[in-house]
Order: sequence, then structure tokens, then C-alpha cells
Amino acid sequence: MTAVVIGASAGGPSALQHLLSHLDASFRGPVVVVNHLGPDGPDFLADMLAKTSRLPVETARERIVAQPGVVYVAPSGYHLLLEKGGRFALSMDEKVAFSRPSIDVLFASAATAYGANLAGVVLTGANADGAEGLHLIRRAGGLAFVQDPDEAAIRTMPTAALARAGADYCGSLAHIADRINRLPR
Amino acid sequence: MSPETDPALLEELEVDLFVEVLHRRYGYDFRDYGRASLTRRIRNLVSQQGEQSIADLAARVLHQPERIGDVIAGLSVPVSEFFRDPSVFLALREVVLPALSTYSQITIWQAGCARGEEVYSLAILLTEAGLYDRTHIFATDISDAALASAKEGIYPSEDLRDAARRYLAGGGTHTLSDYYHARYDRAKMDQRLISRVTFANHNLVTDEVFCEAHLILCRNVLIYFTDVLQDRVLGKFATSLVRGGFLCVGTRENLQFSPAAQKFHAIDIKAQLYRLQGKR
Ligand SMILES: C[S@@+](CC[C@H](N)C(=O)[O-])C[C@H]1O[C@@H](n2cnc3c(N)ncnc32)[C@H](O)[C@@H]1O
Repeated sequence: MTAVVIGASAGGPSALQHLLSHLDASFRGPVVVVNHLGPDGPDFLADMLAKTSRLPVETARERIVAQPGVVYVAPSGYHLLLEKGGRFALSMDEKVAFSRPSIDVLFASAATAYGANLAGVVLTGANADGAEGLHLIRRAGGLAFVQDPDEAAIRTMPTAALARAGADYCGSLAHIADRINRLPR
Repeated sequence: MSPETDPALLEELEVDLFVEVLHRRYGYDFRDYGRASLTRRIRNLVSQQGEQSIADLAARVLHQPERIGDVIAGLSVPVSEFFRDPSVFLALREVVLPALSTYSQITIWQAGCARGEEVYSLAILLTEAGLYDRTHIFATDISDAALASAKEGIYPSEDLRDAARRYLAGGGTHTLSDYYHARYDRAKMDQRLISRVTFANHNLVTDEVFCEAHLILCRNVLIYFTDVLQDRVLGKFATSLVRGGFLCVGTRENLQFSPAAQKFHAIDIKAQLYRLQGKR
């Protein structure tokens, strides 16, 4: 079973909405999302995404095992990590490049926990978070999908990811969703 | 896959080695810390210390005891904020302090106090409730470096400016600037706020309970522990607390896998405020 980790920043909520709405209801991997600049309300983003996603969306809780076919959103103010076996851990470590949650922190832990059974996705954003993490995912044998910078609301983040990690696929949100739907079950 | 071919397994082995060195050589027990976060801290330490690998760092620390202070400081995460989660401070003010005011002497244990932001926040709360003079606070942490800065009480002025809003949202009745002196970009906290605080090095993993507390504040520390260790520490807290004593953990913590947590009942789940029930 392949897990999917997704990082987004400025412009993230609507890109995530779009991407998730294209995922098959039968998709069986856990999907874990870090989005920067989350609006303050604790479960705001999860609630918003749940409205249009065919998969159930929840805020990730520490010590819970990520379930197949569920989308989890990192709570704001904490780094979210995946342990081996797919359990969530939270940390209060320093912000990384001004962000907590950090996409790199999630991606690095997921690369260690899931190895080749992982796909990392970098979407729109105005910083370089996720680039290093995506590199680690590829190095561990996982796949990297990057939103086409020309299509992204802000091109900086996907561009940085492509420069640091390259990608197995770079394209539109609908096409990335298509790749995710076809990941090995 | 064997360790020779799987870098993740190799790294796991190196982390084991490092943790074993800290434990057997220096008595610091990180064996039951969550692996994902611990591995991240150790990786950071390796690059900070200019080592090539975790195994190299393990060897270096094994033979150079003078390095252990830096290592503990590097593994500990003394990241905190004044009045983090204002609603929690409001709940402490409105629910816990009135209950504590019935005691003639109040003992509070703040476990994992980091650089002290929470200790000063708590002292301000107690001062405004008129309880400070009969309270004793034990503020503990494993990092001597963090404890030293907590005692010193000097913070970036910016941190306090950011905190002013949270202080008010937490029910503050004055202005936060009444409690510190800012000079350029540094602010020094009013030292009266720690006149009734004992700062001490205490390791939740290996050290025993040392006080009978009415309130234990331990936020965002247990998140670094495995279920087993989280449970052990909650058991220690139950031992330390008086009957009906209060426990406050971080707002995103999950106690559902700890049998010892059943000794507590939630009185405010959003603020993660619990009370020890029954007899001890
Ligand atoms: C993220 S800080 C939490 C600070 C503060 N309580 C808050 O929530 O803002 C975690 C603190 O726990 C301390 N800590 C970690 N392991 C510990 C242990 N075994 N015993 C005591 N303190 C520990 C660290 O040194 C660090 O200062």
C-alpha cells in the first residue's frame, strides 16, 4: 500500500481542494497533508476540505495510526511526523524556515517510515519548503509529483522542488490526482 | 532487506547505538522517546557538530564526556512561548486557581519548563489571583542550559510584544509590560515572579517524584515519549498529585493509550485539563 504526503503553502487550500476532489473514493492509501499559513481555527482546513473530498478528511491526532483511504491534515503549531508503521507523532521543535508544521519534516519522516511505498507531492507556495523532503523521498525509492509551476498560484515552491529533487511527474492537479489514483494498492 | 542494503535500517541501528551510549555511559535514557522525532534531533546534532554520521557522533560522545552537555541541550527541545494557547490560561484562571485558593500552601510542579516562558506566565496568573505568596513552584527540565536561561529571564522583546495579546486573551487583568523591563531588543522579566520558584534538573524518565503537588503542568513534553513512557510518567504524576489535584497537558496530546490516564478524569478536554480522582 502506498502512502501519499502532500505539501502546500500560499494558494494551498484551493489547490488541495481541487486535487482531493479528483481522488477516487476507492483510493486505499493514507493521505497526509501539510499546509502552511493555515487559518487559525484548529480544524478549519480539514472541515473545508471534507466538503468536497470523496475521501474522509480529519485533523491528524498524535499516536493514531494513519488509516487507508483517509486524508489527514496537520494541526497548526506542531510539526507532524510519521513513525514506522504509520503512526502519527507531533513535535514542538523549532520552526523550520519559519514554518511549523514544516513540509520537509513530514516528508523526511515519511521517507524513513515508508521507503519506496510513498509518493510525495509538492504544490503551490511562496517558499522552498518540501524541496529537501522530496529529495529524501526519491532517494528512499519513493515517487515525486510536482505541480506544474506555470499552473500553480505561486510558482516558487514547485520550482524549488524541481530544482532540488526533480520529479517523476510534473503537471496539472487533475493529472497528479490521476497518478495518485493509479499508485500500487 | 538486510541492514547492508537498506539505509533506513542502518540508520536505525546507529540511533540504537547512540541511545545506548547515552544510557549506559551517562545515565540519560532516551530509549523510549518516539523514534521519528528523536532521529530528527540526532540528525540535526550530527550536522551541527560537524560529524559524518550518527555512529561517528556516538563514538565521539562515548570517549569525550565534556560533550554530553551540548548533546543533551541539542536533544532537548526548549521551545516555548508566553501564554501559549490563551484559552488554557483562561481555564487555569477560572477553574483551577479558585480550587487551589482553598489550600493554605499551594505546590505546583511545572515539568519540562524549557526556557521558562510558561513559568513566568503561571507566576503572573498567580500574582493576579492574589495566590502567589502562598505558592511554591517547582520548575524542572532535563536541560541545564534551558534551566539557566529560565532563571535569567531575558527574552527577545519581540516575544513579549507578541505575547501581549495572548496574555489578555488568557484573562490578564493588567498589561503584560508591567512584568518586564525592555531595553533595546531584550526584555528582562521581573525577578519577583521567580522569587517562589525552584528551578531544578529533573528527568521524568529516571528521577523519582519529589513533591506533593496540587497542580502539575506538563505541556508538550509527553508528545516526545512512546506510549509506554507516557504511561509511566502519567503514573508518576498520579503519585505526586494530592487527591483531586490537577493535571494540564498540551492541547494536542492524546492520552488514550495510557492505562494510567484512567486515574484522571477530564474537566476541560479543550484545555486538556484533568483531575486526579479517587484515593491514592
Ligand atoms: C517543547 S518543550 C515544552 C515547553 C513548554 N512546556 C510548552 O509547552 O511551551 C519540551 C521540554 O521538555 C523537556 N524534556 C524532554 N525530555 C524530558 C525529560 N525526560 N524530563 C524532563 N524534561 C524533559 C525538554 O528539555 C524541553 O525543554
